[in-house]
Amino acid sequence: MAHSPPSNSGQAARTGTSTGPQKMVFGMPTPDEIVSGAARELRSRPQFPPGFGEGQDADDDAPLPTEPMTINMGPSHPAMHGTVRIILTVDGETVKEADVQVGYLHRCFEKEAEYATYTQVFPYTDRLNYVSPLLNNVGFAMAAEKLLGISDKIPERAQFIRVIVGEISRITDHLTCVGASGMEVGAFTPFLWMIKCREWLWELLEELTGARLTHSYVRIGGVAADLTDNFSARLREVLAKCREAMVDVEKLIVKNRIFRDRMDGVAVISAEEAIAYGWTGPCLRSTGVPYDVRKDHPYLVYDRFDFDVPVGSTGDNYDRFAVRMEEIRQSMRILEQAMEQIPAGPFKLDDPRISMPPKSQVYNTIEGMIGHFKQIVDGVKIPPSEAYSYTEGGNGELGFYLVSDGTGRPYRCHVRAPCFILMQSVPKLIIGSGVADIIPTFGMINMIGGECDR
Amino acid sequence: MSKADLDKLVAQFPSAIVSTHSKCGDDTAVIRSENLLDVMRWLKGSLGFDFLVDLTAVDYLGRDPRFEVVYHLRSMQSGSRLRVKVQVACVEDGPNPTVDSVVAIWPAANWQEREVWDMFGIKFAGHPDLRRVLMYEEFIGHPLRKDYPKEKRQPLIRRDYSME
Repeated sequence: MAHSPPSNSGQAARTGTSTGPQKMVFGMPTPDEIVSGAARELRSRPQFPPGFGEGQDADDDAPLPTEPMTINMGPSHPAMHGTVRIILTVDGETVKEADVQVGYLHRCFEKEAEYATYTQVFPYTDRLNYVSPLLNNVGFAMAAEKLLGISDKIPERAQFIRVIVGEISRITDHLTCVGASGMEVGAFTPFLWMIKCREWLWELLEELTGARLTHSYVRIGGVAADLTDNFSARLREVLAKCREAMVDVEKLIVKNRIFRDRMDGVAVISAEEAIAYGWTGPCLRSTGVPYDVRKDHPYLVYDRFDFDVPVGSTGDNYDRFAVRMEEIRQSMRILEQAMEQIPAGPFKLDDPRISMPPKSQVYNTIEGMIGHFKQIVDGVKIPPSEAYSYTEGGNGELGFYLVSDGTGRPYRCHVRAPCFILMQSVPKLIIGSGVADIIPTFGMINMIGGECDR
Repeated sequence: MSKADLDKLVAQFPSAIVSTHSKCGDDTAVIRSENLLDVMRWLKGSLGFDFLVDLTAVDYLGRDPRFEVVYHLRSMQSGSRLRVKVQVACVEDGPNPTVDSVVAIWPAANWQEREVWDMFGIKFAGHPDLRRVLMYEEFIGHPLRKDYPKEKRQPLIRRDYSME
């Protein structure tokens, strides 16, 4: 890097046109300077003191000395999926220290849940992982049912419906994660295709639940409504279109040099470390640990389906991407089997203490109306106990720890948010890597602000 | 499967166990806080509970001891699960209750212990970096305590300046 010798052409221009006091070289040009055309000359040529840079040309090949610099990444950053702040200490392009600060989306979920009836908690759970709300619904419903001791009494059709809506949500979750991460490393087209698929699936869920995103569809003892008449046919149609889109996406990015260079071998973690840091879900499976709650602790009717648990080999970003892509396909397999096997029957438990009476009874019989009133005002009363229920969420093991005290409201409701626990190991992943590697790493961890900050 | 683990734990540390139960199918051991690290190290080393699933606390206001810190463990080899609870007493207006930190055993406890400190004001002795994690540093109090009013507001940006 050669320094140009002090140039006096700017000075000459200045003295020639301006008679006022000396002003800063990089400051705003005076009107005189603009008119005379000297402004451009002045601003493009910095002035150096006499003797500056002399004798330094010999060091041209030596690396420039750098000193650590502290920069903020976030809290509001275009490539951050949620509002999160990473305070980075960088030495050139290398991350030396990182402090991840979360909590910008904290909305007191656990505190609010203590003041809501069990049924009123469902809308809050929608907002935990808001790209797969139904998985949270199912997780919370199963925790409450475990407390009540009615886990094995849930009608089969309701269990199948929960599996179906849950797997659709898992697909939308992974589509969002993979699509957005691809976009952040420059692949914009796959993002559009995947979001289109997600939209088809959400339209389907909207038809079923009445809401595009915050469904609140699951209830203690079952689900809120039965599947719509043409649900099965429409789901098959959408899945076929999604399959095509997946093939197109893989054609675009799997052999794409830019995508592979930014993903392969970046943010590698070993299986032992991942377990020590509490990793679960696709991120843990990318390290080669085949831990999937659906397989290891089958719940609902997952033991009746034939599906595989994909695992990675190196635990880098590309493995996390590939595991998610394969999980989308496995979820589609589950969905197809579930649509074939789903039995007829009731979609919620027939117990007036737990389920809401049908609207025809609420409006026409006094018992129905009182039952409805008690459900709304008092909630489902659960005897004092405690239970930890765990399901496979979009990002890993989604656990609900509930403590009941005999009233209709939880005494304590704690959610084990998988990406909160993943986020604490982000400094470990990014320290030593380049600043640019933070984006794909962060994307593949798939932090969802609503779930992480609660 | 894991009931056997609970029995082994009781046999190994008879004096450390306060009580056990298996409500809702979750095997639970309540242990004395002074034995926490010994028990946890033994659970990880001898019974293979290498995975700290979850760490949280519950505030039983009006009961003595007031707090419970709850650990959920899983063995990646056998798949068995165990819940371990520690009771922590808290003196009214006294110093913050303290429990030993398990970060050295499971690094996964790091943020979860910070969250418990943030939300309940329980300190973890030996934690490498015990700061608030979800709330901001200027926050006063610990919001998940039962005596923290739900309606209380503490805006970080104060709005009480006068408009001139």
